[in-house]
Amino acid sequence: MTKNPYQPMLATVIAIKEEVGGNRAIKTFKLEFQDEKVKENFNFLPGQTIMISLFGIGESMFAISSSPTEKRYIEVSVMKLGKVTNALHEMSVGDTVGARGPYGNHFDIEGWKKKNLLFIGGGIGQAPLRSLLNYCLDNRNEYDNLEVIYGARTSEDICFKEKFDEMQKQQDVDVHLSIDVQEEGWNHFVGFVPANLQRLNPSPENTIAITCGPPIMIKFVIQNLLELGFKENQIYTTLEMRMKCGIGICGRCNIGNVYVCKDGPVFSYDQLKDLEGDM
Amino acid sequence: MENLVLSKEKLPEMLTEIASKYALFGPIEENGFTSFKHINNSQEINLDYLLTRISPKSLIFQQTETLFTFNKGKEVKVNTPKTDEAKRVIFGIRPCDARGYSILDPVFEGKKEGDYKDPFYTKKRNRSTLIGLSCNKPDLNCFCTSFDDSPASAKNVDILFTDIGEKYFVDIVTEKGKELIENLSKLFSKASEENREVREKVEQDAINAITRHMNTEGVVKKLDKMFNHDLWQKTAMRCVGCGICTFLCPTCHCFDMQDEAILKEGARIRVWDSCMYPEYTMHASGHNPRPARMNRVRNRIYHKFSYFPKNDKIFACTGCGRCIDYCPVNIDIIDIIAKVKEAKT
Repeated sequence: MTKNPYQPMLATVIAIKEEVGGNRAIKTFKLEFQDEKVKENFNFLPGQTIMISLFGIGESMFAISSSPTEKRYIEVSVMKLGKVTNALHEMSVGDTVGARGPYGNHFDIEGWKKKNLLFIGGGIGQAPLRSLLNYCLDNRNEYDNLEVIYGARTSEDICFKEKFDEMQKQQDVDVHLSIDVQEEGWNHFVGFVPANLQRLNPSPENTIAITCGPPIMIKFVIQNLLELGFKENQIYTTLEMRMKCGIGICGRCNIGNVYVCKDGPVFSYDQLKDLEGDM
Repeated sequence: MENLVLSKEKLPEMLTEIASKYALFGPIEENGFTSFKHINNSQEINLDYLLTRISPKSLIFQQTETLFTFNKGKEVKVNTPKTDEAKRVIFGIRPCDARGYSILDPVFEGKKEGDYKDPFYTKKRNRSTLIGLSCNKPDLNCFCTSFDDSPASAKNVDILFTDIGEKYFVDIVTEKGKELIENLSKLFSKASEENREVREKVEQDAINAITRHMNTEGVVKKLDKMFNHDLWQKTAMRCVGCGICTFLCPTCHCFDMQDEAILKEGARIRVWDSCMYPEYTMHASGHNPRPARMNRVRNRIYHKFSYFPKNDKIFACTGCGRCIDYCPVNIDIIDIIAKVKEAKT
């Protein structure tokens, strides 16, 4: 039989990091392919996605949140929300999952060289941005200014917190955090991400803005970026949709005539603005 | 195209011969309606039908199909099941349903470099030889002629049978068809000019008997300007969201993938799904890109008359009329397209 695109490869959970606890728990799972050849040769680019299987439970598509510069493993950062993610959060180191991919398009890491990159993330939306950000940090000389605007509902909900702290200390990345409501001891911005963006007033010159978060956040971030003078082709986002096949056949992740799984998930606002469809 | 005739009394013999070498599928009446099933005895075939209730897309794109099995003991193992290797003959498929396969091909077989191929569909499709059966008496809601097709079209089959009274007129269309007939040649005789004239008349009469027409001219461009038109809300007011239009449609191809498992083993199974259900696009977060029936009705029409033409250069409609026949609230796709044509934008 020709290769069965629905059959996943096997991967072992080799580490689990609890990023956020509580009701909106987020964990990062480090996965290592069991097949030695796959482990060595698995290649992807920042922005691409992977379908993770829990046998007997089901499958879900996630952005790969590690950078391709990290070899021999991949990471996915997952918020506990539905059937598959709840079961995934129950997993322990040493457990086996299925993984197939990588799928979809990717961020233009070549075309964006020598440009300033502005990352605007909200909540778990930082996961796909993390892959690109880490890639840029590992190739720091290739890119100009790196700036991160990130917000979460509360300080407890901030994902990849240690990494942000570390970046702030390194001083080669500007990090601007925010939470939605004031908390004692919080000395960064309070308010929504689009408001923080407006306040910081970044220059669009030679800059690419990449945003990911809840749909409502993306909407207002894009609106504010346009007001700040960013052109439509300087704004990128990565979308999510419910997916089953991941390969453009099962029909459900379409926005208009475009399938997010194979034509996306990365879109420039230039492409999105003309795309009439349900998002 | 080679033309033969087959005397009707020789049909059982032909089918028996075919069934001895191929897995034979044909229309069978069961529980009051016909559907395509595997046939062991040629007597089972019922050719009095016009359209099976469930389209024969189910023979190639099965309603349920195991994609792989898994063992989840200490060491997890996954396995692709052995597929049915038998060569198939699908006998009695109507030209519109055969066209349905041609519409689905680019979806499952990919159309450009880098597209994924679905091996489950592709394999069954490639192993199947289609013997079509022309429609002498089209039904009330047949409109295949709206898509440049005909009730006696040989375009999407390997062999076409047309009932010309005592005999079937046989068009041998493809090499695959020729190969199938070669071993059965003793049953057939050469078609005469008179036979051909009768066939032409049967086809013309059938075309004339079609009363309904869908005018699709300019619809793709028109729909580009109608995404926010109130037609969708109005149509959706009537829709009960049962999804029957999608299950019976020969071109609907959406599916779900579900795990069925006991403690240590199980399988991932593909099942037909329907874009008419709210769960279909529901995210785990609770966000739903198509939360209202309006969104789903609109998506179904756009998928067939805008997205398919844009992506695959073809309308995803065969004119079989099943969605009109079986809609419990009489939603009529011809009527919807007519309203699209009329709509002011």
